[in-house]
Amino acid sequence: MKGKLVGMNGDRAVAFAAKQAEVDVISAYPITPQTIIVETLAEYVNNGELDAAFIPVESEHSALSAAIGASLSGARVFTATSSQGLALMWEILWIAAGLRTTIVMAMGNRALSPNINIHCSHDDAYAARDTGWLQFFAENVQEAYDLTLMAFRISEDHRVLFPSIVNLDGFILTHALEGLHVLEDEEVKRFLPKKQPVNPIDPEKPMTYGPLDLFDWYMEHKRLQYVSLEATRPVIKEVFEEYGELSGRSYSPVKTFNVEGAEVVLMVLGSSAGTVRYVSRRFAEKGKKVGVVSLTQYRPFPKRELREALKDASVVAVMDRSVSFGSPGAQLFMDVASTLLQAKRNPLLFDVIYGLGGRDFTPVDVEKIVSKAEEVLKKGEAPEEPLWVGVRGEE
Amino acid sequence: MGEARFIKTLKEIPRSEQFAPGHRLCAGCGIPQVVRLALKAVPDPKVVVNATGCLEVATTIFPYTSWGVPWIHIAFENAAAVASGIESAFKVLEKKYGKRKPKVVVFGGDGGTFDIGFQALSGALERGHDLIYICYDNEAYMNTGIQRSGATPRGASTTTSPAGKVIPGKLERKKNLIEIAIAHGIPYAATMNPAFPVDMYNKLVKAATVKGPVVLHYFTPCPTGWYFDPSRSIEVARLAVQTRIWPLYEYENGKIRITVPVKEPKPVEDYFKLQGRFHSLLEPKNRWLLEEIKKDIEENWNRLLKLASQQ
Repeated sequence: MKGKLVGMNGDRAVAFAAKQAEVDVISAYPITPQTIIVETLAEYVNNGELDAAFIPVESEHSALSAAIGASLSGARVFTATSSQGLALMWEILWIAAGLRTTIVMAMGNRALSPNINIHCSHDDAYAARDTGWLQFFAENVQEAYDLTLMAFRISEDHRVLFPSIVNLDGFILTHALEGLHVLEDEEVKRFLPKKQPVNPIDPEKPMTYGPLDLFDWYMEHKRLQYVSLEATRPVIKEVFEEYGELSGRSYSPVKTFNVEGAEVVLMVLGSSAGTVRYVSRRFAEKGKKVGVVSLTQYRPFPKRELREALKDASVVAVMDRSVSFGSPGAQLFMDVASTLLQAKRNPLLFDVIYGLGGRDFTPVDVEKIVSKAEEVLKKGEAPEEPLWVGVRGEE
Repeated sequence: MGEARFIKTLKEIPRSEQFAPGHRLCAGCGIPQVVRLALKAVPDPKVVVNATGCLEVATTIFPYTSWGVPWIHIAFENAAAVASGIESAFKVLEKKYGKRKPKVVVFGGDGGTFDIGFQALSGALERGHDLIYICYDNEAYMNTGIQRSGATPRGASTTTSPAGKVIPGKLERKKNLIEIAIAHGIPYAATMNPAFPVDMYNKLVKAATVKGPVVLHYFTPCPTGWYFDPSRSIEVARLAVQTRIWPLYEYENGKIRITVPVKEPKPVEDYFKLQGRFHSLLEPKNRWLLEEIKKDIEENWNRLLKLASQQ
């Protein structure tokens, strides 16, 4: 592992990465559990450690609106949010992506109201899934730092030009102190040179941004956006690989553990992957194979890599830290189901709902999920209803 | 557009244009006058931010645009926030990389300013961004079909405050945008009217020289929503000033000055009777409302005189 070892919580690590990225503009509004990120950046600016404009906006809606204005002006822009803040931004998320900004936003994942709760669910990440942003999930503080740096590089690549969200689980990562290795400022500078904006706002070359677009052109523009987003996949991989060489930490869209020949596979996002892997390792010691698949890249959804990762699986338990009310399954479950269906691969799938609003997620819960998966395997039939773990009244 | 200077006559207004014809604003609409004069009076480099509304939809129908300057539209309620981002970015880009900072000019209608964009505007004024915010006020949501806003005057009929058998139109007063803006401690604010182009041009020239937030409140006659003959647009606008309904004044560094004095006001009925939206107000049974409105106008004028004479 290269780089100096330091101790930081997830929020501070993200802020430190944004500082090393030498962002020009930070536009942000406080919301728990993200707040430490923007507080730290405000300190950097006011102490002269970071030459940037800090816009203390009056809402998240304005945070993202100002970020778009700044990004289209040619600046490197950072913001951060959580939960209700993301919900308030939602209208503008689409515009940030459609106008091809390169904003990087950290999201301290937090449950949506009601009832008001400041702890982790993935409601906010899922709420942004259709908007055209790239999304990454950090599993620990190190990844939150690494992914923030990579997100700038990916978003600003001329083959990409889409904004990025870096998800880090609220409190579990935002507030947990961990050791991490950080790059030297000079190394970051080489990896992430000054932004080279494409068609920025320039009075010498006047352009019209965000015009009225009716039935005669709107559809072509949406198709172009679709094609452009699909084309980001190889670039993301390329940057993951380059960063891997630089840092000694390897990144790929899909992370697999013990999947080769495993009939039972658990799929998970974010910090819980470590817990699931820990249990898988213990099972492996006893000679039982339980595969674990987690996603570092959530949008665009890594379809091919996921099919490859699940090729040996007979049962897949898809774990969702959210509820999609009235849907055929929770959000990740639906993504996985359609990904597999397209490939005409049909392992038995079932949905697991866990950890809502910061509910503790323990190895015992993982064991319950594995037992359920084995039961499904034996019966040859998946349940229609999700398995709720760690909740009062569970079976 | 180079350095602008104060003028005494209409003929001194520069002829060159940065706003192309062929746009789809209605005949008789008051919006293009303020856009053209603002683009002439504010020297380059400049950037225009536009809230969703009549001006945006009528001037940028893809693949056409009327704008000869950088123009950006994001959404309805956030023009002031977008402008804040652009202004802040260029401040940093100028310092770090020597990019020349443009003046940021914002156009928002009354819906995008008085109502849905109110919070974003207040935030931008409080933070002190260097920008000129121009509210083109046609006193209702005209783009969506004449719905009442916080800027619709008392007695006006709109599609969501229709003159009915029981309620004769909008009963509530209009917000005082300039006083709200001034309360933020900004350096300059003014009202404008298309029937007084020299007054308007000079205010825009002054606004361009001010460092910090400026709010300009522009009277925007709307034949489509106010129901009058498009050829009488300027006449309606002039009467609004001559009846003291739309006083022309400016606020500069703590001082208020009436820029177009109205010594002998014309009867307000002259203004109301030209417009279909006030049809019901002039019926005998609604005389009580007309009397109240007259009282409002007189009180507002006297209050303004008092403020102007206090300094």
